[in-house]
Amino acid sequence: MSAIDRPTIDRPAIDRPAIDRPDSIPSEPPNERSWTGVLHEWVTTVDHKRLGILYIGAGLIFFLIGGLEAAAMRWQLAFPGNDALSPEEFNRLFTMHGTTMVFLVGMPIITGFGNYLIPLMIGARDMAFPRLNAWGFWMFLFGGLLLYFSYFGSTGLYGAGSAPDVGWFAYTPLSGKAFSRGNATDYWILGILISGFGSMSGAINMLTTSFTMRCKGMTLARMPLLVWMMVVVSLLILIAMPPLTAAQVMLLFDRFLGAHFFDTQAGGDAVLWQHFFWFFGHPEVYILMIPGFAYASEIIPVFSRKVIFGYSAMVAATVMIGLLSFGVWAHHMLAVGMNRGLNIWFGAITMLVGVPTGIKLFNWIATLYGGKIRFRVPMLFCAAFLVQFLLAGLTGIMLAAVPFDWQLTDSYFVVAHFHYVLIGGLLFTIFAAIYYWFPKMTGFMLDEKLGRWHFWLFLAGFHLTFTTMHVQGMLGMPRRIYTYPADRGWDLWNLISSLGVIFQAAGVLCFAAAVVLALRRREPAGDDPWDAWTLEWATSSPPPAYNFAETPVVRSRRPLWDEKHPEDPDWKYE
Amino acid sequence: MILSNVLQRVAAGSPVRVRTPAIFDPASAPANEIASYALLVIGICAALFLVVGGLTFYALLRFRARPGDDEREPPQIYASSQIEIAWTVVPIVIVFLLALVTARTILVLQKDEAPIGSLEITAIGHQWWWEFHYPEYGFTTANELHIPLSDPSDPWPTFLDLQSQDVIHSFWVPRLSGKTDVVPNRTNHLWMAPTQPGVYVGQCAEYCGTQHAGMLLRVVVESRADFERWVERQRGPAVSRASLASEQALFEATACISCHRIRGTRAQGRFGPDLTHLMSRETLGAGVARNDRSNLIQWVASPDHFKPGALMPAMQLPPDQVERIVDYLVSLE
Repeated sequence: MSAIDRPTIDRPAIDRPAIDRPDSIPSEPPNERSWTGVLHEWVTTVDHKRLGILYIGAGLIFFLIGGLEAAAMRWQLAFPGNDALSPEEFNRLFTMHGTTMVFLVGMPIITGFGNYLIPLMIGARDMAFPRLNAWGFWMFLFGGLLLYFSYFGSTGLYGAGSAPDVGWFAYTPLSGKAFSRGNATDYWILGILISGFGSMSGAINMLTTSFTMRCKGMTLARMPLLVWMMVVVSLLILIAMPPLTAAQVMLLFDRFLGAHFFDTQAGGDAVLWQHFFWFFGHPEVYILMIPGFAYASEIIPVFSRKVIFGYSAMVAATVMIGLLSFGVWAHHMLAVGMNRGLNIWFGAITMLVGVPTGIKLFNWIATLYGGKIRFRVPMLFCAAFLVQFLLAGLTGIMLAAVPFDWQLTDSYFVVAHFHYVLIGGLLFTIFAAIYYWFPKMTGFMLDEKLGRWHFWLFLAGFHLTFTTMHVQGMLGMPRRIYTYPADRGWDLWNLISSLGVIFQAAGVLCFAAAVVLALRRREPAGDDPWDAWTLEWATSSPPPAYNFAETPVVRSRRPLWDEKHPEDPDWKYE
Repeated sequence: MILSNVLQRVAAGSPVRVRTPAIFDPASAPANEIASYALLVIGICAALFLVVGGLTFYALLRFRARPGDDEREPPQIYASSQIEIAWTVVPIVIVFLLALVTARTILVLQKDEAPIGSLEITAIGHQWWWEFHYPEYGFTTANELHIPLSDPSDPWPTFLDLQSQDVIHSFWVPRLSGKTDVVPNRTNHLWMAPTQPGVYVGQCAEYCGTQHAGMLLRVVVESRADFERWVERQRGPAVSRASLASEQALFEATACISCHRIRGTRAQGRFGPDLTHLMSRETLGAGVARNDRSNLIQWVASPDHFKPGALMPAMQLPPDQVERIVDYLVSLE
């Protein structure tokens, strides 16, 4: 190791193991600066850890906004013929809710964890392009703020209270000039387009970092699964995002320059937009879901006290899911009037996705098998994730069963299915990840008791709200309706669904309380509170700006296991 | 707000007749075939859920850490090719079989051309109502589709050409058929061969703007004789009653006629629903209210009352004129 690699900090010269635990290095100097100074530091930061926290924090704030939007919709739907909201208000709410949760909650949080963890897990000092990293974050935030500014600006302040109302996938020609007057839809297009540039720059950064900044000994085959999965996610972003951007620019041409790509009144094609959108939109589902797999793949082994079962199969299955994701987009369009051959193709390929996804589930179960499972809060969330994601996958098979899909698509069954994926799958693993890595990010533990309340309340609320939606869908209730007649027999199911919101909200409140309490109490968590095995636990909590005082050298996928069990290290078996 | 709603409903005693459009309560081909295929798919998925979910629960409970465990780490098991090959191959076989059944079902159910001897109807989606042309009989109606029973021994299936006047809609009557999108500049197809008479409800299933929720559908399935009687009535021009001549004249002097058509009169508009036999329909505003005199008065005076955002403008007519126009409308049997 050359002298240049060493940070210029005085340390006592002691014998060090291959992995440095810089206990003796003072963490951040005590904070005596004014709040403007602190603010300036955060706004101008190019540190991957701070940007990661900014991404996650901003994502959580948008999560609260999107959650309130959902709660308002459930209030309206609790009773048939309710008039708590006007149709216009309701239509804006589901548009903003969907757009927010996908682009302003899911995307920044997964990017935030990628940002925070990839350099630490591969023993690097920072991301490959720190300033591009900061640019990406601010583009995302600007896009999000621009979208929400539509509430004030979309028809000028005289029309205050407007916002996009074309649905999160903005089907043409409804989103064209003829049927969507004013500028609300333009705010949707531009907000998403701009935050999309942020996502693409983040993907380039994560790819470059993973491929070029790994520490000595960290071959591709020794990268933690989280890093592998974020590599696949980044590739998906780079391939899937540009078609959406292109389609949005075409829609802008239609709206401002009189082009007719999607303008059916001038011979344009309504379905073309759907192909563009879902060519992005389906990989997008995996862009959001694979990071959930990644967190589970790091957390389940640590709390089972076992190495992940079938590391290579996990990597291969992730790559397969990534490849298949580009061949299934039109399963969102099985009722659009495609010919029989295409319907068969898209149905069959979609079912095939079940194979690599199943492999992952089996590997996690095999990891649990024979372990000593410690049910701390992160593991509780992961355990619920396993069952919920299984259910989401199976309803996905039902939706891929084309004739069944002719009944189910655009009904509440689909709403149930994708909330099982995105809440039961993704959000539960995000909560697991927050409880798991919060001590590393802040140096403080989240309260275990509040965490358990959070878990059980949210679990109950989630199932009350969304299990019932499968039934509503099979009883013929379409999605995106602001009210429904009393003679349909849907009342009770909708009421139960709405009551679940109360439990979910109470769970989220417990979570917020746990975060506030942890930051107030400031009880040190220690560098390695979970007795874990990947490199981020080898440095202090929170890590210093330079991450590792000395670049680590690794010999296996679990460097800390090797250090803790010198008599039986991993590298003997890999 | 919620409380007052509950009270209102309790006070009303919920006298509504429930008509749930459940997909597992089919009354027609292809909904029948879809339902039995769907049960097969659900059965396979439920079996998979029991097996894999059971394994998950077993592993979680059986291998939980217990107080009094020693501090040693459990044995580390890295991989096993046999078991991994097994749980790759078995799902591939299941998916392959399911895909074959799916392909066969699609080939049987998806019809792109009308079978010989079927009743052809053109259904046109509008923001936010349905227009139905019966080209064989030469008349047009709206929102309530009448079709004949299709006796399996003497089949008379109905074949719909689906078109859109504006944005994308989707035609969905769950007990009769799966949904098919209604796309501008395209003609999609949907067929039904109902075997039980009755009224089947459904609605637009693709978000189409403000009143997407108010774009309801009713399909009336009748015996061959009843259907033919209905057709005879619909083919005729509107009834003109001498006693309502001044009311009719008032109607024909308003802007109503630029959008609505009443065959046999000056009203020849094309943007709104055909009113020739308005009173043969049970509901108005594409199903948002019962079609009776008092609701019609409310509707003409202010369409937003039942259907906020509806594209029919409130004509700002004085109340006595509204009443006289409705007097004329209720005569259109």
